[in-house]
Amino acid sequence: MATTAPETFQAHGDRHHDHADHDHKPGFFARWFMSTNHKDIGTLYLIFAIVAGVIGGAVSGIMRLELMEPGIQYLGSVASLLGEKNPSFDQSLHLWNVLITAHGLIMVFFMVMPAIIGGFGNWFVPLMIGAPDMAFPRMNNISFWLTVAGFCSLMVSAFVPGGTGNGAGIGWTAYAPLSTSGSQGPAVDFAIFSLHLAGAASIMGAINFITTIFNMRAPGMTLHKMPLFVWSVLVTAFLLLLSLPVLAAGITMLITDRNFGTTFFDAAGGGDPVLYQHLFWFFGHPEVYIMILPGFGIVSQVVSTFSKKPVFGYLGMAYAMVAIGVVGFIVWAHHMYTTGLSVNTKMYFTAATMVIAVPTGIKIFSWIATMWGGSLEFKSPMVWAIGFIFLFTVGGVTGVVLANGGIDDNVQDTYYVVAHFHYVLSLGAVTALFCGFYYWFPKMSGRWHSEFLSKLHFLVFFVGVNMVFFPMHFLGLQGMPRRYPDYAEAYTYWNHVSTIGYFVMTVSIVIWFLNIIYAFTAGKKAEGNYWGEGATTLEWTLSSPPPFHQFETLPVIDDKGHH
Amino acid sequence: MNAATLQNRNRRVGLIALAMGLAMLGLGYAAVPLYRMFCQVTGFGGTTQRATAAEAARIKVSGRTIIVRFDGNVDRNMPWRFGPAQVSQTVAIGARSLARFTAKNLSDKPITGRASFNVEPEQAGIYFHKIQCFCFTEQTLQPGQEADMPVVYYVDPKILDDPDAKDIGAITLSYTFHKTEDAGAKALDRAGTGG
Repeated sequence: MATTAPETFQAHGDRHHDHADHDHKPGFFARWFMSTNHKDIGTLYLIFAIVAGVIGGAVSGIMRLELMEPGIQYLGSVASLLGEKNPSFDQSLHLWNVLITAHGLIMVFFMVMPAIIGGFGNWFVPLMIGAPDMAFPRMNNISFWLTVAGFCSLMVSAFVPGGTGNGAGIGWTAYAPLSTSGSQGPAVDFAIFSLHLAGAASIMGAINFITTIFNMRAPGMTLHKMPLFVWSVLVTAFLLLLSLPVLAAGITMLITDRNFGTTFFDAAGGGDPVLYQHLFWFFGHPEVYIMILPGFGIVSQVVSTFSKKPVFGYLGMAYAMVAIGVVGFIVWAHHMYTTGLSVNTKMYFTAATMVIAVPTGIKIFSWIATMWGGSLEFKSPMVWAIGFIFLFTVGGVTGVVLANGGIDDNVQDTYYVVAHFHYVLSLGAVTALFCGFYYWFPKMSGRWHSEFLSKLHFLVFFVGVNMVFFPMHFLGLQGMPRRYPDYAEAYTYWNHVSTIGYFVMTVSIVIWFLNIIYAFTAGKKAEGNYWGEGATTLEWTLSSPPPFHQFETLPVIDDKGHH
Repeated sequence: MNAATLQNRNRRVGLIALAMGLAMLGLGYAAVPLYRMFCQVTGFGGTTQRATAAEAARIKVSGRTIIVRFDGNVDRNMPWRFGPAQVSQTVAIGARSLARFTAKNLSDKPITGRASFNVEPEQAGIYFHKIQCFCFTEQTLQPGQEADMPVVYYVDPKILDDPDAKDIGAITLSYTFHKTEDAGAKALDRAGTGG
């Protein structure tokens, strides 16, 4: 498919890069702290996401431990560990709010987004479109370090006063008035500032991806020949660009309401707290697609590779993502069914939400149709991809249930909702991340992971996360509310099972780390196209790991090239 | 295409994308007045309407009656006692009616307050018109002062043509008094009380 044409133009604008043919790398500090190389920045994002993910996962571990039995067991000791001398009961309970806030913000803004967009996006979008680097390499560097700064700001917030106790206990949604008059002290300001930084970083990243994908595709690669992962990142970048500024506006209003006497969300001054919810969810709903769409892209590449077939219905797959992105902007109030919407408004948002099931169904169908009649190979990424399709479908089905305004009146803010969004995110997006990880790890590192450990990782992870989250459906339908550290004794059994599932899941993460250690110490060297004939995108034409600067002469895509 | 033109094209696409981001930021802020206008125009969230006496005079009184209930409360930081003087009124739809609320400043400082309001059920907001209301302006009460706060309203007969609202038998009008920050010692604006 891709041939290298020597007569095509010199890709690098920066003339000082013309030593690249002998793969010269800058020194350690310059390479990793002042990096403008898309692959190095991608690696930094992945390492950062792993660190943040471990912290966010540890936070959920504290929560699951506390929920293992009814009553309050651990919150007090954790609060004193975090520096609160002799915490009062209320301060211990406040810690619970801090934990749910931290878990949500870390996993959304500092784990999934940096890994799937910053990590895999940076690494593979330029490689897949045959570009030498991103369009704005320096801005790419700023994006990464702003994300790190944002994470630091969020960490700092845990150790400064936030009302009842230390830390921001406002939920990832930061609803007013809890986040304004309800939380005195600088912790909430730090948390909001961290969202500003992460948001600015993501907006810059989005501009970078849009420009790169529009302008720097290899000659002959039309939009309709781009790999689906690149399509998914393009749609995601537009969602980021159009939704994050609205969040920025909303949380800036929170900051001014808190500190400068404005009353955007304060009824006493003529404001309306529900307006904040509209602004938040106008961002928040596209945000959930931001987290899952690149996962769709990864799974499409993997399913196609290991079926040794081009993906079924390529154009349908690409435009299904576009449709999900567009419709994703007009369904936000399904997060707000109980705020007093009229029956007609609820009917609209119910119908519009259900419409999203159509393009999503096209995607699930096309993945299965790609496998159908394919020459299937169950290598580690494929196992994860099939796991993704199953888990995401389960989460999608409960999503269709929750889309009904009438049903949502009953189950809103119960564990049913928690189960739903963890099936699509914790199980969906994270499974897609591991899928991409095993697909591309040898390409990125040049070393083979252990296929056995990869599959064991999958097996233990699959059992663990289903044990954690499937019982939450039962708990939710029985009426257990979210966001409380305690529950009625009737809920003990399934909460206990759920916490044991967490331990199982933790074991799978240990297996994953062992696998990485194995790869770097004993892993075989990986060749350029180690997955063989099914892997047809441009990154497989390069060595593993790819040269520091690739595509000095641009590859040319001929007409027969598939996607 | 050479490197310089690629850089120019990148710069152009990048700037267009940035402009889109800034436009969305602006839209985020524009949402504040737009949301207020949307609520006022559609009665969303039970937002009541304002009418002039001339407009009210043109309304034909319908034969049907509706019960209007009254509720009054204060923000937790507001040291006032505030409540309706009557529990409910049964009024002819379209007819003007006067309801009274009373407020008393329980503190030893002059306090200025402003009332927020809405009606339940929310789909009645668009049909609930106020001609005069103490909620149109800020109110100041001296220490210990008690004041009568009237509201003149009517229910628009168009409510009878709305399939979602025509079966409403009772509308609850609710006020919450909030303390305004600049609690200046303005005298109670008697004229403002009515309009």
